[in-house]
Amino acid sequence: MITLGDYLIVSGILFAIGFAGVMLRRNLIIILMSLELMLNAANLSLVAFSRFRVGPTGLPDYNAQVFVFFIITVAAAEVAVGLAVLVALYRARKTTDVNDISNLRF
Amino acid sequence: MSPFLFWIFALLTLIFGAAVVINRNPVGSALSLVMSFLGLAALFMSLNAYFIGIIQVLVYAGAVMVLFLFIIMLLDLRAEGAHRINWLTSAAGLAVALILLGQILSVIGHLKIAHTTFPTLPATTIDDVRNVGAALFTNYNLPFQIVGVLVLVATIGVVLLSKREPR
Repeated sequence: MITLGDYLIVSGILFAIGFAGVMLRRNLIIILMSLELMLNAANLSLVAFSRFRVGPTGLPDYNAQVFVFFIITVAAAEVAVGLAVLVALYRARKTTDVNDISNLRF
Repeated sequence: MSPFLFWIFALLTLIFGAAVVINRNPVGSALSLVMSFLGLAALFMSLNAYFIGIIQVLVYAGAVMVLFLFIIMLLDLRAEGAHRINWLTSAAGLAVALILLGQILSVIGHLKIAHTTFPTLPATTIDDVRNVGAALFTNYNLPFQIVGVLVLVATIGVVLLSKREPR
């Protein structure tokens, strides 16, 4: 049978993959995608805990799912703002490589 | 859900998640991310969170990925060549990620409830759209409205950021 730990392990590995993407990749778009992977890994463990904690009504704990809903909404807003910053940066510097964007002011 | 299906979708999520990081072409990364999110949506549905699974497909695999692909094609990003990989910093980043993974796995290993299976749901019907909505509009009404303001501010910020300033 599938235990709670299996879902948590998948979530942990996915988070580590996203973290490795942020650490290793130098392309800003890929870094944003890796951030999304990490947010989704957190969502997976939240939903797993929600299903694990069955309330007195015989239903999953919906507080965690509301939390996931908020995370998805905020993540969508974050992606939009992040990509707008990326476009503004690309207009100014013609690059999305973080190695070339090491100055605080230009 | 049968263990077979769980491992299929878990492997789908993890393999395409790794492909996002490994792929040199940004378009390939974005498409791998779509597949990874679809696998994740299947995992959500296996946990009886149908609403979250559908939201995952609509918002992430739909809207967010279209945004990513749109920006990649707008900026006309090509696959980066195999140029100047700094092996020292790459090894250090990978080591930090592996240490984090080891930490997470050891915490899960020491967690007692992680070794128990999921309890069965006694309820016959799970109308979780109604239940999530009820929680959203009663207990979490104020955070819901704050998130609405946040999305509005994000929209205005994006318009402001992407406006071409007059030279």
